[in-house]
Amino acid sequence: MSNTAKSIAVAGAVAAALAASLSAPAHAQSKEKCYGVSLAGENDCAAGPGTTCSGTSTVDYQGNAWTLVDAGTCADIELPAMADGSERMGSLEALDRDLPA
Amino acid sequence: MNVDQTTFRQALLDPDAPRPDGLADGQGREAGRRFDVYRNNVTVALGDALETAFPTVAKLVGAQNFKLLAAAYLRQHPPKSPLMMFYGEDMPAFLATFQPTSTIGYLPDIARLELAMRHSYHAADARAFDPAVLQSIPPEKLMASVVTLAPATRLIRSRWPIHAIWAFNNQPEAPKPIMASEDTLILRAELDPVPHLLPKGGGAFVEALLDGESLGTAIERATIENEAFDLSEMLALLITNNALTDLKD
Amino acid sequence: MFDEIPKRIDRLPNVPGVGYKPQHFADINAAPGVVGWLEIHAENYMGDGGRPLAQLRHLAETFAISAHGVGLSIGGETRLDPDHLKRLKHLNNWLQPASFSEHLAWSTHGAEFLNDLLPLPYTEATLNRVADHVDELQETIGRKMLLENPSSYLAFTESTMSETDFLSAIAERTGCGLLLDVNNVFVSATNLGTDPIAYIDAFPLDYVGEIHLGGHDEDEDDHGAPLLIDSHGQEVADPVWTLYDYVIAKGGARPTLIEWDNDVPDWPTLEAEARRAQVILEKVAA
Repeated sequence: MSNTAKSIAVAGAVAAALAASLSAPAHAQSKEKCYGVSLAGENDCAAGPGTTCSGTSTVDYQGNAWTLVDAGTCADIELPAMADGSERMGSLEALDRDLPA
Repeated sequence: MNVDQTTFRQALLDPDAPRPDGLADGQGREAGRRFDVYRNNVTVALGDALETAFPTVAKLVGAQNFKLLAAAYLRQHPPKSPLMMFYGEDMPAFLATFQPTSTIGYLPDIARLELAMRHSYHAADARAFDPAVLQSIPPEKLMASVVTLAPATRLIRSRWPIHAIWAFNNQPEAPKPIMASEDTLILRAELDPVPHLLPKGGGAFVEALLDGESLGTAIERATIENEAFDLSEMLALLITNNALTDLKD
Repeated sequence: MFDEIPKRIDRLPNVPGVGYKPQHFADINAAPGVVGWLEIHAENYMGDGGRPLAQLRHLAETFAISAHGVGLSIGGETRLDPDHLKRLKHLNNWLQPASFSEHLAWSTHGAEFLNDLLPLPYTEATLNRVADHVDELQETIGRKMLLENPSSYLAFTESTMSETDFLSAIAERTGCGLLLDVNNVFVSATNLGTDPIAYIDAFPLDYVGEIHLGGHDEDEDDHGAPLLIDSHGQEVADPVWTLYDYVIAKGGARPTLIEWDNDVPDWPTLEAEARRAQVILEKVAA
């Protein structure tokens, strides 16, 4: 395509984009826009649940605690294990040896 | 017996390590499980932070599995900054090597998407320019112009259908993902970041703009990547989401 | 407009406030009730923009804001994180909060942030270190800060002074004020078998610029003794209200915060807790 032809194509695309996008609303931060869900991950100064939970558990060092029973939505997604298509897999694999700590 | 913070920290994140000496209850007896309050606080608080940070990863592997994964992660990668909102920077790399998840090829890219969502959420505000300006500039000049995208813009290019996988887990009635490479663009029209599936060639186009290339170069790269690149569709997406914030000759 | 400095309310009123949670934004604006000020955790407002800062700008127009740091590690053995000091300075500059406070605790080790308020031995060495860190922080942010008493689950055998003597010495040396967490006093006293009233009697109440109240959980130690956990996940316990009443009767009204960080309730429940504090505050105002 010649430069002129390219420019004409770009001008057309810009016009079409503007038509497609209703004029963009003014970006004012009204109080209403402040309402809404926060993406969490917050700091606070509260303590956790006492003396008997995960901080003293060593269960996470044992690979066989990984379970297929509670495998999540991953099990419903049928994609190859590698993006090149090798090693098809349907779900999580159970482990029978220790995980690297 | 003095307890230094190195000793304290060592025992804190290793449940197999002995509790430090020199800690007592009110009667001078050994502190015993009182020390475990701190062990739990750290583990639970960091685990909860990861769960809220990576909700899609958690859905994919299952809640119980995610707890195990998080407990292993937080011991290998404690936060390096007091800003918990950005905790989890090493999660993509971790998922690729953590044995139970290492066979789920797309999982690291889902973690990258979720990290990018949080960075977009906390990114600086910026005002979009009036898109009519684009029409007032002669096309030749426009092609040489450099467009700045809003600071909240994040591009995730993937060999996996990560937008489809994200939608499948977060939007009702989204179809089951099928194998495809997908480029996802996170845009924050106002205060809520939304992942958008980019049209063909869109990944190369946005990548070029983020690198500071001219509009002409970006179009060229997009067309090389995919002949079917549709500039008007691409621009409409950016305009509708207030993503065009500056235009320089 | 994005960098505008909100209208400032420069001191906390002697009325109840609550720990701000984003899910309460709409309710706070519509029906604040007796809640006259809000406390935010400083670290959650250290992003560059977006909803957290937009909400805070709006709230700061109506409410006095107390910025409460949870990540500086004032009791840390190593130097204060210069990057975090810069962030605190920036936040204090743009927000101009009515109060800034931090904890008598440590949370950073080397490059790691452990996200918990970890305990300190009360010794001369700790005193010197904490005083230096308070000085450095006050110099950096250009204002007086309040230092908060911790919840203790254990004691250090190496400690040579009481917590109240330690806090008095810090306040005298650095000119900082104190934040008295009455739930922490009750939790620590129960856990270490001491008398909470004696603690309050030994506490330098004149330095207190703010009071915290929060809920705790009950557990027990190896010997079956009660071990209270500062979980901020429920109503303030009755004995803590009684102790608070004692503090206010003795020291006078102070800005009083209800902290509820876990299992955050709906707004009416939280506001009802604030009303309970208001009743006690009004007794001394009358």
